[in-house]
Amino acid sequence: MYKYNDFDHAFVTSRNAQFREQVNRRISGALSEDEFKPLRLMNGLYLQLHAYMLRVAIPYGTLNSAQMRQLAMIADRWDKGYGHFTTRQNIQFNWTKLQDVPDILDALAEVEMHAIQTSGNTIRNVTADHFAGAAADEIADPRIYAELIRQWSTDHPEFQFLPRKFKVAVTGAKQDRAVIHAHDIGLQIIEQNGILGMRVIIGGGLGRTPMIGKVIREFVAMDDVLPYLESVVSVWNLLGRRDNKYKARIKITIHENGIDEFSRLVDERFALIRPSFQGFDQTLLSEISDAFIAPKFQRFDLSAFDARYQGDPNFRSWVDTNIMAHKQADYAIATISLKSHGETPGDASSAQMRRIADLAETYSYDELRISHEQNIVLPHVHKAHLPDVYDALRAIGLATANIGLISDIIACPGMDYCALATARSIPIAQDIATHFDALKLEHDIGPLKIKISGCINACGHHHVGHIGILGLDRAGIENYQITLGGDGTETPAIGERAGPGFGADEVIPAIERLIHFYLNERLAPSETFLECYRRLGLGPFKTALYETEQSKVRANAA
Amino acid sequence: MPRPIFDQIITANALLAGDVVYFTAADTWTRDMQKAEVFSDEAIAQVRLIEAMAQANVIVGAYLMPIQHTKDGHAPTHFREEFRTKGPSNYAHGKQEQSHV
Repeated sequence: MYKYNDFDHAFVTSRNAQFREQVNRRISGALSEDEFKPLRLMNGLYLQLHAYMLRVAIPYGTLNSAQMRQLAMIADRWDKGYGHFTTRQNIQFNWTKLQDVPDILDALAEVEMHAIQTSGNTIRNVTADHFAGAAADEIADPRIYAELIRQWSTDHPEFQFLPRKFKVAVTGAKQDRAVIHAHDIGLQIIEQNGILGMRVIIGGGLGRTPMIGKVIREFVAMDDVLPYLESVVSVWNLLGRRDNKYKARIKITIHENGIDEFSRLVDERFALIRPSFQGFDQTLLSEISDAFIAPKFQRFDLSAFDARYQGDPNFRSWVDTNIMAHKQADYAIATISLKSHGETPGDASSAQMRRIADLAETYSYDELRISHEQNIVLPHVHKAHLPDVYDALRAIGLATANIGLISDIIACPGMDYCALATARSIPIAQDIATHFDALKLEHDIGPLKIKISGCINACGHHHVGHIGILGLDRAGIENYQITLGGDGTETPAIGERAGPGFGADEVIPAIERLIHFYLNERLAPSETFLECYRRLGLGPFKTALYETEQSKVRANAA
Repeated sequence: MPRPIFDQIITANALLAGDVVYFTAADTWTRDMQKAEVFSDEAIAQVRLIEAMAQANVIVGAYLMPIQHTKDGHAPTHFREEFRTKGPSNYAHGKQEQSHV
């Protein structure tokens, strides 16, 4: 893992001291709210519906046990004993008090964490494949480059007042687990003629104008990546619209100017600034690489694992569902589901966080990952230890075998917390999970991603859900629109809106109609919901979704 | 000014705790919506809003919200304000865990 150097420590300490003074000045009245708001946002502090929310960066989703324990301590001491893991691999504390936040930031700094640039019109926390450094299909560890980009973008003097927020994601694998096509910049590490470089995708994004990113360069050599990124952000910084925040994101800039013109301007800028990158970034990259050397994987006898796998169907189900292939054949990537049926997606109690930290320390070379799908990953577990890990998770209610299934739902905080939301997300997610768990259909349905947002800003990624749910306020009543066929992976697609929305109590029956239609229509159990949708198209699914509704309307009209 | 359809009260978030507060006739802020000053007249409401917003060292983001009168006192007309009077639906946190609701 990356360790702070003296510069990093001094930088974070001085930022925290500045923010402490800014908070003091706000409380004393020396700063107005209008003056203070951009300052608190730069430090991850939002004022939500019921309280202040502090969003803490977890760079590229990587944590160690000491950091996780500190998050648990913060949750107990200054919040309500839990934290909420987010779709940008961050953690949010929902109940902080303004006067406590400087102390919380100091506590974070003790474990080399901060909340800088988790909000505001800056380059946000850089996300990465949550299986980075462990995945069997990985070319190179994307966290090395994510860390370089983090250092470059943190407090970058040119990029502190961008037209709007800017999000970067990096993957080192062919299978896209980092949603790189829905980011302002998505980077994919590729190898060309034995040389490592990046495929650069720009202008993706969700929100009110969802767009799939476009490839601007098929290959940028590694030593050109940082100046190339700087060129892209520079061009957008000048060209991006500041007259209308809804048209400020780079996706709109590219849409309005065309990718060819944008690309030409980037090349011009690149030619200008490339000479100023004289190799320091590559020296830095090499230092950073040393921090991400894979652990020395130990070997253990597998007989206990084999026996438990054969003899315990619950354990077998968890292994089959929550374990992914590790680059070392006798190791496993274990995903801890934060989607226990009926619980809030992404939430973990302080007790759970501490136990997870223990498991990371004992069984996963002290490493943890937070996934953008709001789960926690133990990236390096020897299969011999999976029974112990499973038993420990079961004891704290976190052994749900549902990764990638219907109840593994992304849900934004919605109107239960968020000041921007137009409807609630969490209760819908809870109801879907408990409903299909009760029907015992989850494993039969197979891979299915449901994603729920409580407003058009789409923090819940509903546009790329196989089934997307968008909560809106329709004449003072919560109403939920359904989109179908979205995909956030390497075969990206924006979901198609199925039609008129549903009241809160109509959502579950609507989802159930879709599921029953799929189960009846699929060619074989191996044909997934998304494959079936792609084969049949929106029409028949739409008919299934609205069949009952329409007949009800007709019946009422008669 | 025309009489608004609904009576109104002034709400905001407290500067330090960030929780929901309501403006009283005594120029103070209360956590209890029932103790809020009620405005039937839009012109008076607007003047009081300016006075409320002037207390920028105590609160953040004051605005007028419509209310309806029920047998249990005044109540929000919109579900967003309803949630602000109680707290989130996934845990019994916020105002619903405190005694005055």
